Amino acid sequence: MRQSQRRFLVKLGIVATVAAIAAAGGGAAFAQAKKYDAGANDREIKIGHIGPYSGPASAYGAIGKAIGAYFEKVNAEGGINGRKIKYLTQDDGYNPAKTVEMTRKLVEEEEVLLVFNPLGTPPNSAIHKYMNQKKVPQLFVATGASKWGDPRNFPWTMGWQPNYFSEGRIYASHLLETKPNGRIGILMQNDDYGKDYVNGFKAGLGDKAKSMILSEVTYEVTDPTVDSQMVTLKASGADVFFNVTTPKFAAQAIRKAAEIGWNPVHYLNSVSNAAGSVMMAAGAQAGVGVISAFYLKDPTDPQWQKSPEYAEWLAWMKKFHPQGDIKDNFNVYGYTVAQTLVQVLKQAGNDLTRANVMRQAASLDMTLPMLLPGVKIKTGPADFFPIEQEQLARWDGKTWVLFGKTYGQ
Amino acid sequence: MTGTSATVVPRAGLPKPVILALALAGLALIFIAPFLVKNYRVFQFNLVLIYAVAILGLNILTGYNGQISLGHSAFYAIGAYCAAILMDRYEWAYWATIAPAAVICFGVGALMGFPALRLGGHYLALATLALALATPQLLKYKKIEGLTGGVQGIVLNKPDPPFTFELFGSALNQDRWLYFMSLALTLVMFLIAWNLLRGRVGRALIAIRDHPVAAAAMGVNLPVYKSLAFGVSAAFTGVAGAMGAVVVAFVAPDSFSSFLSITFLVGVVVGGLGSISGAIFGAVFIQFVPNIADHISKSAPWAIYGVFLIVFMYVMPGGVAALAHKLLQRMKSAS
Repeated sequence: MRQSQRRFLVKLGIVATVAAIAAAGGGAAFAQAKKYDAGANDREIKIGHIGPYSGPASAYGAIGKAIGAYFEKVNAEGGINGRKIKYLTQDDGYNPAKTVEMTRKLVEEEEVLLVFNPLGTPPNSAIHKYMNQKKVPQLFVATGASKWGDPRNFPWTMGWQPNYFSEGRIYASHLLETKPNGRIGILMQNDDYGKDYVNGFKAGLGDKAKSMILSEVTYEVTDPTVDSQMVTLKASGADVFFNVTTPKFAAQAIRKAAEIGWNPVHYLNSVSNAAGSVMMAAGAQAGVGVISAFYLKDPTDPQWQKSPEYAEWLAWMKKFHPQGDIKDNFNVYGYTVAQTLVQVLKQAGNDLTRANVMRQAASLDMTLPMLLPGVKIKTGPADFFPIEQEQLARWDGKTWVLFGKTYGQ
Repeated sequence: MTGTSATVVPRAGLPKPVILALALAGLALIFIAPFLVKNYRVFQFNLVLIYAVAILGLNILTGYNGQISLGHSAFYAIGAYCAAILMDRYEWAYWATIAPAAVICFGVGALMGFPALRLGGHYLALATLALALATPQLLKYKKIEGLTGGVQGIVLNKPDPPFTFELFGSALNQDRWLYFMSLALTLVMFLIAWNLLRGRVGRALIAIRDHPVAAAAMGVNLPVYKSLAFGVSAAFTGVAGAMGAVVVAFVAPDSFSSFLSITFLVGVVVGGLGSISGAIFGAVFIQFVPNIADHISKSAPWAIYGVFLIVFMYVMPGGVAALAHKLLQRMKSAS
């Protein structure tokens, strides 16, 4: 072969190789244009949701309704990347057996893309293994149990709100700062949620836990009241009260404490600090002085009511959720968690596979309008706790008044 | 009697080869059905088979022996928890948990039979209801939480099929494998029941139901047979509970409320009291009618369920089995 011929062949070879790579790359890009798993297509994204619209935790049903109303707003504005959200919400009555049934129905019969914000520690525990076996996202669960942030063992499950263990620690830190010789009584729901809070609280107290905690009393979520437990706690002589109860029982506990004339330093877990359905229900004056932790703006707080973010939220409530209570912070919760999911789906673009949804959920770094200033949403491949910062507030009879610093990183 | 008469009465109804073909087709359908439908439907079929065994158990007691029980959710729960605890805490294989569940439930049932000897009718119904009401709360008892998992229950792993197989593009997955396991179990239990009830024991039970005094006069030992009926009935329902735990892969106290007892009773009555084959129809009713009602009305599904139930009672007061029997008789006698 002559020199010029060889050179020509080499050039041809290079051009052919480059063309082949370009074609393959271009072809791959073409193939990546739209990828769907069950529940997603060109026109819609099916989102499953499970919540307690009936039963002992039915106060939380408000969250599911708020989420639905937010998705209506998103759909009215054109959807996400041109796709409308189809929101399939089911009632499990806070009964783990029903949660399992409803989850199977959503995943296997309705074939949703993901299950969003299922509520409650026992219900989520019941479907934890199943969701990970089936490789369906159990995304932004409405519970702060610390076990939801375990990407190595459960890569398809992610929490959202600040986890209970850290929050318990925050209360302990504050107590040690302000009343290091307190004598503590604890009322706890007898399940993982209750145990998580108490474990965090004890971890925060460190060596002083044994000497400071006088009495630890439990109740079942199916019990009718906690009145007798409250009497027991008062009788123990405690002057600090750590209240780890769900809304219905929190209201009872606050009311009973006032009735029997027990006025301890009262730490209330953030799961049950709703102004409308708990503090007002207990009697506005009964809860004066109660301390709780917050990461969302309370809609009854006058300092937020002047802000443009509140105005936007209020406009959404009036237009898409007129039957919702504007004093109920579950409507702020629903609004904010729905916005988080919308951001994830926007980031996913045209790749609406379940794996990509989880990948996008694990790459969040943003803030949302109704989060407290200084609180961010941040996730990573090893960090499945989106919100980890909180600030303390005290109930003054009308609203929660924030004080002190923002805890957490 | 002239045995050599030439007159042959023509048998009405379908000719034998057609019946045989239909039977074979039915059998084939039972075997290939799980490969034709989606996973969730197979899961529902599994529950139908399991409920059929539970209803059969209740039928032995209530249909054949006349002792009413509103407490069978307790036996179902005991069977389910037996299986769950053995699988989860002691690593037993799923198929090995059926026998212990049967034995334990037989014991509990026979024990329940003793106070039942003194009670009849409505009083027995209330006593058994007390058992059903107590069971979920007993299962939540703090002291045994380490074993039972308390209010959160026990999450189980579904067993994998031991070999791979494919038909019509559907693979033999966990639910389909469990379908065949449940089918085998149901056939075995039905065979045991049929054998038990067509012999001396069955006749004794029916005699006790219809004329206890006459039965006693004939030499039937009432206490023994009545307790035996309770024990066997509980064992059947316990076996169903154990298989149910494997199929659903989850047990929790609130899965076994007293409403389940009433559901079983509905299944027995709709299927047909005193009929073994009726149990399947009863199981189909209690599994699918709530789903159908849910599709018809999202806001009042149980009201629709009630309507279905009332219509069934009106149209077939003896249950589906009685209606099927009547239809067959009519076909045979029409000529």
